[in-house]
Amino acid sequence: MPSRTAGWFGLGGLTLGFGFLYAPIALLVLYSFNASRLVTVWAGFSTHWYGALFHDEAFGAAGLTSLEVAATAATLSLVLGTLAGFSMARFARFPGRLVFGFALLAPLVVPEVILGLSLLLLFVTCESWFGWPSRGMLTITIAHATFGACFVSVLVRAQLAGFDRALEEAALDLGARPWTVLTRITLPVISPALVSGWLLAFTLSLDDLVVASFVTGPSATTLPMAVFSRVRLGVSPEVNALATLFLCVVFVLVAFAGWLMARAERRRQI
Amino acid sequence: MIGLGWTGRLVLIGVPLLWLALFFLLPLLIVVKISLAESTIGIPPYTPLFTNDGGGLELRATIANFALIAGDDLYLRAYLGSLGNAALATALCLLIGYPVAYGIARSQGARRQLLLFLIMLPFWTSFLIRVYAWIAILEPNGLLNQSLIALGLIAAPLPLLNNQFSVELGLVYSYLPFMILPLYGSLSRLDRSLIEAAADLGARPLQTFLRVTLPLTLPGIAAGSLLVLIPAIGEFVIPDLLGGPDTLMIGKVLWDEFFNNRDWPVAAAVAVVLVAALAVPLLAAQRFFEREHAA
Repeated sequence: MPSRTAGWFGLGGLTLGFGFLYAPIALLVLYSFNASRLVTVWAGFSTHWYGALFHDEAFGAAGLTSLEVAATAATLSLVLGTLAGFSMARFARFPGRLVFGFALLAPLVVPEVILGLSLLLLFVTCESWFGWPSRGMLTITIAHATFGACFVSVLVRAQLAGFDRALEEAALDLGARPWTVLTRITLPVISPALVSGWLLAFTLSLDDLVVASFVTGPSATTLPMAVFSRVRLGVSPEVNALATLFLCVVFVLVAFAGWLMARAERRRQI
Repeated sequence: MIGLGWTGRLVLIGVPLLWLALFFLLPLLIVVKISLAESTIGIPPYTPLFTNDGGGLELRATIANFALIAGDDLYLRAYLGSLGNAALATALCLLIGYPVAYGIARSQGARRQLLLFLIMLPFWTSFLIRVYAWIAILEPNGLLNQSLIALGLIAAPLPLLNNQFSVELGLVYSYLPFMILPLYGSLSRLDRSLIEAAADLGARPLQTFLRVTLPLTLPGIAAGSLLVLIPAIGEFVIPDLLGGPDTLMIGKVLWDEFFNNRDWPVAAAVAVVLVAALAVPLLAAQRFFEREHAA
């Protein structure tokens, strides 16, 4: 395609696409600073809703629950997903590989209502047989670790695909023990995938409404559950403020992860 | 892996495999089991599948839940409605996403990194919040209606929220990045010399696009479509927040069956039918992914 036409096609696509993706988010941020409760009226700049948010005990408690669940689930996801990613990347065949591959991939796309309902029924069955686990933070953590691990495994697998095995072989030839090779060579090289994997699992857990709603018990309310019950009633300026804070944190974290990855990429090229 | 004994391999493969078998595959079997049970009042609210009345185990399975789903056209309309909404959203995502992916693939260096970062960013922000953001825009006295009235384009607010339009918009908006990323993957691997060759041989831009670019990016199109279609079919949050009384989507039906009617066996049966319907695209997605890795 001559580059003029293609250039316009690309530029037009970019402008429209990004405008569509970001306009609602930008409006949300803007209206979190609106003094009026109504969306339609701009009553001047105010940080009132941020103050209200900090004094909202329901959101505070739910936020702490969510953070605890997300941190635990992300760490579990990292361990499980890294093991799974290694298995799939390094072993071309082993019994159950096809099923394993399916079980790693399906949770990425299977509708959340299915994941939620099926895990709940598992937990209820377990509880009636063994009296364990009682539903709450534990069951949400297990559920989140399950789909988190699948995302981590995809990232780890992709990173391992571009990994130069000669590095490991050289270290072994030079007399390094397998454990040393793993901790000094392999893991540092795939660390960008590990960092972004943990962060992705963390934010996915922090964001999940549907699965958590199914598997939770009366004891645990996560932040998305609290937000959902609020926004079902309509627009809430406190939720706008919360969303803005969330966006800021995410932006910083993702920029940091991106910087780490770019640095690793540069080092690899040198 | 080098230097890893049999026990090491067993742990490496076994631990995550066991976890997924326990918390992904086994639950799916339990859903099938509960879908054959009867609803009852109690904890848990369904009858046991096997009863022991002295004369050994007796199987008490019923297909009543499936008969209910087949008999009441609410369910059929919800399945078809979900498929229709998701298919339309997939097509629209492709239509919007392709030029965007094209634009990113054509840009260079830091600009390309920044654009990719901006496409990925929504992945990291709250899905719920991004759907919610549309309420303020689409409300009868929301931003869009206010702007249109202020511009004198319409006299009275348009019904933009709680209907098919808002659900479709929400789906396209939420799933667009899932379409753009695989498309970008395909487009960035495209050999530019092929396009130049087509132009040199006298092909017009549209011809080149249809006969060279499009066929070569089919893998990206297929991958993106699966990533949008499958989760969109079972979507709950979007029809719940942006949908209205005429919105029939199976994810919402399942949710209501479970949380409002507290009929677990029927909810399980709805899930079984949904998983069965999704089995083919799911397996296609897996084959696709494995082939990409092998390549």
